[in-house]
Amino acid sequence: MDRATSAEVEVPLLDIPTGKFGMWVFLVSEIMFFTGLIGSYIVLRLGATSWPKPGEILNTPLLGLNTLVLLSSSLTMALALHAAQQDCQGALKRNLLLTAALGTSFLLIKGYDYVHMWHKGFTISSSLFGSCYYLLTGFHGLHVLSGVILLVYLWAAASRGVFSAAQYGRIEYSGLYWHFIDIVWVVLFAILCLV
Amino acid sequence: MTTETRLPFWRRYIFSTNHKVIAVQYLFTGITFLALGGLMALLIRWQLAYPWQPVPFIGKLLFAGSGGAVTPEAYPMLFTMHGGIMVFFAITPILLGALGNYTIPLEVGARDMAFPKLNMLSYWFLFVGSSILLVSFLVPGGAAGFGWTIYAPLSASTEVLPGWGQDLFILGLALDAVSILMGGVNYITTIMQLRAPGLTLRRLPLTLWGLFFSAVLNTLWLPIVASALFMVLCDRRLGTAFFLAGPLAPHTGGQVLLFQHLFWGFGHPEVYILILPVWGLVGDLLSVFARKPAFGYKATVWSMFAITILSGIVWGHHMFTSGMNPLVGKAFMVLTVTVSVPTAIFFLNWLGTLWRGAIRLTVPMLFTLGVVFVFAIGGLTGLFNALQTFDVYIHDTYFVVGHFHYTLAASVLFGTFAFIYFWFPKIFGRQMNTRLGQLHFWCSFVFLNAVFSVMMFLGLHGHMRRIADATAYEFLKPVQHWNVFIGWAALGLGLSQLLFFINFLYSLFKGAPTPANPWDAGSLAWTVSSPPPEHNYATPPRVFCGPHEYGVPSLTNGDWLSQTDPQAAKLARS
Amino acid sequence: MQHWGFPVDISTTGHYVDGLFWLASGLTGVAFLAVVGALGYFLIRYRASATRRAYYTHGDSRGALFVTGGLALLVFCLIDVNLAYHDHTAWDVVWGSPPSSRDALRVEVMPEQFTWNIRYAGPDGVFHTADDVTTINQLHIPANRPVIVQLSSKDVIHSFFLPNLRIKMDAVPGLVTSLYFEAVKPGTYEIACAEHCGFGHYRMRGFLVVEESTKAFDTWLAAQANEGSPDLSWGWDWGGQT
Repeated sequence: MDRATSAEVEVPLLDIPTGKFGMWVFLVSEIMFFTGLIGSYIVLRLGATSWPKPGEILNTPLLGLNTLVLLSSSLTMALALHAAQQDCQGALKRNLLLTAALGTSFLLIKGYDYVHMWHKGFTISSSLFGSCYYLLTGFHGLHVLSGVILLVYLWAAASRGVFSAAQYGRIEYSGLYWHFIDIVWVVLFAILCLV
Repeated sequence: MTTETRLPFWRRYIFSTNHKVIAVQYLFTGITFLALGGLMALLIRWQLAYPWQPVPFIGKLLFAGSGGAVTPEAYPMLFTMHGGIMVFFAITPILLGALGNYTIPLEVGARDMAFPKLNMLSYWFLFVGSSILLVSFLVPGGAAGFGWTIYAPLSASTEVLPGWGQDLFILGLALDAVSILMGGVNYITTIMQLRAPGLTLRRLPLTLWGLFFSAVLNTLWLPIVASALFMVLCDRRLGTAFFLAGPLAPHTGGQVLLFQHLFWGFGHPEVYILILPVWGLVGDLLSVFARKPAFGYKATVWSMFAITILSGIVWGHHMFTSGMNPLVGKAFMVLTVTVSVPTAIFFLNWLGTLWRGAIRLTVPMLFTLGVVFVFAIGGLTGLFNALQTFDVYIHDTYFVVGHFHYTLAASVLFGTFAFIYFWFPKIFGRQMNTRLGQLHFWCSFVFLNAVFSVMMFLGLHGHMRRIADATAYEFLKPVQHWNVFIGWAALGLGLSQLLFFINFLYSLFKGAPTPANPWDAGSLAWTVSSPPPEHNYATPPRVFCGPHEYGVPSLTNGDWLSQTDPQAAKLARS
Repeated sequence: MQHWGFPVDISTTGHYVDGLFWLASGLTGVAFLAVVGALGYFLIRYRASATRRAYYTHGDSRGALFVTGGLALLVFCLIDVNLAYHDHTAWDVVWGSPPSSRDALRVEVMPEQFTWNIRYAGPDGVFHTADDVTTINQLHIPANRPVIVQLSSKDVIHSFFLPNLRIKMDAVPGLVTSLYFEAVKPGTYEIACAEHCGFGHYRMRGFLVVEESTKAFDTWLAAQANEGSPDLSWGWDWGGQT
């Protein structure tokens, strides 16, 4: 490298916006948090002398529906980002709201599911399976709730005309977060309900 | 006079987003808790030296119900809070919070951290977490008493340890974890993405490498222990049994040892999290005060990287006595001793930096050299602990306590003082008193070695840790007088810190004004005034070389080049 | 009673543990003296003066890397590998060769806050029968006979520590762990708890009494048997061994 010009060279590690870099660092810590929870679940389940059949306790069809709800919300989030990049304010706001609505639906369905199973005697303390189920899905739900709040905030910002084709970073980073918690749910659904 | 609108006091100094203000907030918080943790240590040593005797002066205030003496219930609270406070609320805020926040933007040539508002939030999470910890002393049942290692089932069952003090400790830690993770996002992003033009990674000060690797470890492993902490809270209050088994468990299936794996999966990297910034700082300061470049800079950075990786796969050496498969134990032993290789490399590089230097024994340099000395002892005694068969004997004895206090209390503490004495002029624009600093160093050095070397000797005799009264055992009675010795040496160590507090507080207000660069240091931070302008750099500086260009031959005035000196572009290699 | 250094070693394998200490001390002692010696020498020889100019080098030449790397490798082989190997062989002796349960005296130890519950199988040699002998804090064994101890905790984690035999093992609820040893020196020694277990942890002290002969031990055991009948089961078995 020519030293005379090296002092002019911008040297960030990756050629991505700062906000995106920061979001990825944050997501690494989130991945590790769920790794701790999921890893513990796997260890506890493999070490248990007996384990109930999830299908006999959980409402798998309902949870499957919830999975579709969340996957759809990832689609609408991607559409929101696309709209922002194309400077379509209307589509942006619509899709942000839709994503938030789908996220809220996820939480409502989950809430209904919780109450229903709790009354049937499947609680956080009734068995190890119950403890793991509520712990994992509960923390996931908290993350969805945070995501929904974030989306409402973004929708409010979009309504004020903050975003444009030149300025859509926060939509993108929030999208990363949203897709992440979607993926976590798919994993949880698989290992809690289907296996 | 700046043309910017002046912010009101509360936004300028309380809820500031300026990294320099936040760093000072972390510094004061950390120093306060350092004093509190130190007080706990003195109470512990008093109790061990004179079991069940009323503590002089402050005993009646602290232990009213027992006439001023420590009680069997209070003793576990003392060592739990001592450990928890020192690790999470003293050392972390000072070495990661203050050192990191202050130096990173300045040393990379940025106006502030990547995410200033997040930075501000990170301090306030620490503040709330530490306040919760203080509150835990006052609730019925008192503070947490399960050891800073929070082992289940002792921690996880309210049958054994009821009382909300236990839960508050865990909650305080969880909030601190959030604070640290937020800080980590800022540190990693700022160091990697906001470097000034020309500031390539191989021109980064070693302090920043240390802070970077430390932040990476935090980002990876802190969430693991956070998940474990939440599970402990569920076991305590929600009737679960993740970590409970046997008669205490409400239902079957829980695995007690799972907690230890999760805890030490974080806990071992944690000790490297605490020491990596110190290693970086030592590398930089040896160079500044030997007036020659850091020897083997690249090898040092690669060694720190290697240790970062290795630190994640050795956690089992904390669990040799838990009944693990011996083959697994041997694997952990081999991996653990392998850490010697990168450690030896940067130790040799430290010596290489001093070799044929022109060494200035300033106060920061004294503490830096102190780190080299005590970390040699700490690191070497780590080898004893790594040996599975020998460790089974010394596990949970004072040998381990001596080892980790040499690496933590001694090395990290000396590192803290090296940081403060070196950066004080830049932060506050004043100089600390040199004579007091020298006295502080020598007194601390003598007493520190007295306290912790004797501890290892006690451990060889089989003296267990976390016991309130060694004289309960016949085989420990003959060595009890060493507990008395340690007690007085600890008091000496504690009183020696008064020299620091007096110097620090006095110098804050009355210290002599300092030139911008009192140490003739070459890194970016020293190119601006002391204290720096509000936003550090009006325009991004341009960097032509690394931060260690000291002793450059053929210079006509001075013996060093700043990173922004265009002459440096002509250096053969930089 | 030992006044300094290690407690008196009454075991058949403890000297392996002590030997590891001496080997490690010697090796690390040399390394420490070398480092501190170099440090001291450099601080004096290369201290700053009006005329002294430091030698400008980044220490990244081939030669420097060779020397550094070579020394680090030397340290690794002479100290780390050496110690790890000796520990590995010590392990196999101290922990890797359990006695056969026919020769050994088997004892169950179940610690709880803050006592050691100890159970012997009694004359019939079968655990969890009416002739079992249980004691509180009194572990009597005959000299020169292997002893196998099985451990499980009743509440929190405790650790069964025998300083005079250089061994310890955690007692974990929900698990059964074990250790074995053979004492050669009659006398009364102490058992300590080596895992923080609550406010009484400091006084969770038991007694290891090594009887002179099998006869003395049998006499003692018979005397305990008359003291009363114990709880039949502590809830675990010897993993198929009867």
